Amino acid sequence: MIAELGHFALILALVLACVQAVVPLVGAQQNRYALMAVGRPAAQAQLFFLLFAYGCLTWAFVTSDFTVRLAAVNSHTATPLIYKITGVWGNHEGSLLLWAASLSLWTVAVTIFSRDLPEAFMARVLGVLGAISAGFVSFTLFTSNPFTRLLPAAAEGRDLNPLLQDPGMIIHPPLLYMGYVGFSVAFAFAIAALLSGRLDAAWARWSRPWTTAAWVFLTAGIAVGSGWAYYELGWGGWWFWDPVENASFMPWLLGTALIHSLAVTEKRGAFRNWTVLLAISAFSMSLLGTFLVRSGVITSVHAFATDPARGLYILVLLVLVIGISLTLFAWRAPRLTGGGSFALMSRESTLLGNNVLFAVVTGAVLLGTLYPLFLDALNMGKISVGPPYFEAVFVPLMVPVVVLMVIGPFVRWKNDDSARIVRRLAPGAIVSVLLGVGLAVVVGNFTWRTVLGLALAAWVLIGSVQLLRARVAERPGAAAGAGVRLRGIPAAWWGMWLAHLGVGVFIIGVTMVGSLESELDVRMKDGQTARLAGYTFTFRGVVDAPGPNYLAARATIEVARGERQIATLTPEKRLYLAQQMPMTEASLDIGPFRDVYVSLGDELEDGSWIVSLYHKPFISWIWLGCTLMGVGGICAAADRRYRRLAERRVPAAATQSA
Amino acid sequence: MKARNKRLLLVGGGVALLVAAVALVLTAFQQNLVFFHTPSEVYEGKAPTGRAFRIGGMVEEGSIRREADGLTVSFAITDTAKVIPVTYRGTLPDLFQEGKGAVVQGMLDAGGHFRATEVLAKHDENYMPVEAQYAIDQAHKAAQTVQQ
Repeated sequence: MIAELGHFALILALVLACVQAVVPLVGAQQNRYALMAVGRPAAQAQLFFLLFAYGCLTWAFVTSDFTVRLAAVNSHTATPLIYKITGVWGNHEGSLLLWAASLSLWTVAVTIFSRDLPEAFMARVLGVLGAISAGFVSFTLFTSNPFTRLLPAAAEGRDLNPLLQDPGMIIHPPLLYMGYVGFSVAFAFAIAALLSGRLDAAWARWSRPWTTAAWVFLTAGIAVGSGWAYYELGWGGWWFWDPVENASFMPWLLGTALIHSLAVTEKRGAFRNWTVLLAISAFSMSLLGTFLVRSGVITSVHAFATDPARGLYILVLLVLVIGISLTLFAWRAPRLTGGGSFALMSRESTLLGNNVLFAVVTGAVLLGTLYPLFLDALNMGKISVGPPYFEAVFVPLMVPVVVLMVIGPFVRWKNDDSARIVRRLAPGAIVSVLLGVGLAVVVGNFTWRTVLGLALAAWVLIGSVQLLRARVAERPGAAAGAGVRLRGIPAAWWGMWLAHLGVGVFIIGVTMVGSLESELDVRMKDGQTARLAGYTFTFRGVVDAPGPNYLAARATIEVARGERQIATLTPEKRLYLAQQMPMTEASLDIGPFRDVYVSLGDELEDGSWIVSLYHKPFISWIWLGCTLMGVGGICAAADRRYRRLAERRVPAAATQSA
Repeated sequence: MKARNKRLLLVGGGVALLVAAVALVLTAFQQNLVFFHTPSEVYEGKAPTGRAFRIGGMVEEGSIRREADGLTVSFAITDTAKVIPVTYRGTLPDLFQEGKGAVVQGMLDAGGHFRATEVLAKHDENYMPVEAQYAIDQAHKAAQTVQQ
């Protein structure tokens, strides 16, 4: 009964999505307020029904109602409650429902936080979002109905893929989806602006907080996913350039470019065409990501099921979205004239450089991700493009991005004096290079990669300090204390500062772990020791440690540095019973300057075990950097400027709708 | 410099940089493509020598053997028609089992032995690596054509 209610709610949501897609758009075109006003209630009711449907599905999982096929395939009575709940999105159908629900959440958030938008503009935004929602809800209903019954019911469920039974899986998908789907808001704003022919600074200002918010979710989602891969896949890597990772990374790259390009459009009215194009591309990349992950064209832990009909549906949706928006763009773009001109040395130039480089990197990642699929589809052989390609391309293209990132905030809009900038930044740059060389020697890894990484990171950090000092110094009211002047700096500026600082911290993590990590595979018996990177690992035997839905062999390994005992690690080799699937559960001692990571391999005939030992210097800095970027994004999106504007506009909007 | 010349210089410089970036991408791409071959193709001599490639298929039943050091593993990958002996040193994926699909990346040595640097298995019970499945399907197709 509950499942049927959920199914019915999903159908109602589809009807509402269609209404939301058509009526407000017609209203905006004909300037009829009654029609435009339909958008908000339709969006809100849609959210209600989608959440209701989602709740029904969760209910089936929690109560182990195995007459619902999805629950029978992805849950088990012995699965811990939290994984019953997260198991709802650990599969194709449920994750689509989550997709639709996230979109609906964003839509309602727009109706709440952007109340001040002109009625016609809001109607167009809601119309576009409604159309996307209709596309995805119908996809869910017609090709991937999560409420399909299984009759007769299964006696017992098949359980959730053990890889997904992990705390990381509790938050990774919702964050990532909120990020993916969030770019639909930026997209809807761009399309609404194209429809109304109003691509101006106001449009950029309205889009900015939404784009940044989506970017924050995507950043967090990717970071959590990477952390999950690091400790769960059992061999200590944190990024694999796997097609599915790339699928989330491409919208991130374009989203980052979009954030910066929106800044130029808002401040200077320039790059308008380009900004619209980026908004369209970022959302298209999100859809492409969904296609790659959900169509089963690639093998990955994320690819749940292979069903050509599903892949085809998303592909058609993708083609429609790109086709319609580009047509609209081609029709409207010629009317747009460029904004203010700018000199070679100007803030605009540095941001232009940023945008071009991000676009090239995205293109390179896209090539490496899609080319194997194309060849395969055309029956021209099977190939794969591995991490060496992505690394060879990514590093040289990102180095200038980081250099521009340090320089950019010092440069004035429109026109600046090159000599001034050089005088300003040269000392820091020279110190950074010396630091890079010096530190590389100190850590004992004098390679160009280490020197480059450390020098860049040092420059980012030095530049951040200089930037903050400059910012405080240039505030008016020099008589006031530094504290007062610090408080006067707007949140958006702090956001930029923190996010850029985060990039520096991230680079330190990547460089140090890349240059200095070490690993050792050894066979160990009770009482035997192994040494790695100054640490002594003592194997203390293996005991049985059964869990709720698995059996496990748990090893105890003592880690010491010199005489000092540091940690006792307990890696496990598990066998999940429902699927008879073996799993390695690594054990880590996490520290600010290094992780010690141990995972358990196979047991050999003589009772010894294969153990993999890893020493990962500074790896936490990778996620610390991501956290700083995310916090920076939150600060930027929450800047009072966007809200103050909202307050000021309320009377105008009120008179308009009256 | 006149504004017009300056702009030309700017555009020219930008285009040159872009061309350089694209050249970098394409060269790296050329150098890092890893081709996939089925065991049968390897026997037909279609696989490259002196360059890494991938083979895929089933891990032959009874073929997994550990060397005395306990860390080096040898096994055989088959597409049901031909068998390629493989050695690998390192930790194997959890789902690497005899009779199940696997894909390995590495190089062929002079003796026709495949030295793997990477072993990929499937991610869950009911999922076969597409490449492994492909290799087996190809072999079956070939077998059918021969019978006809």
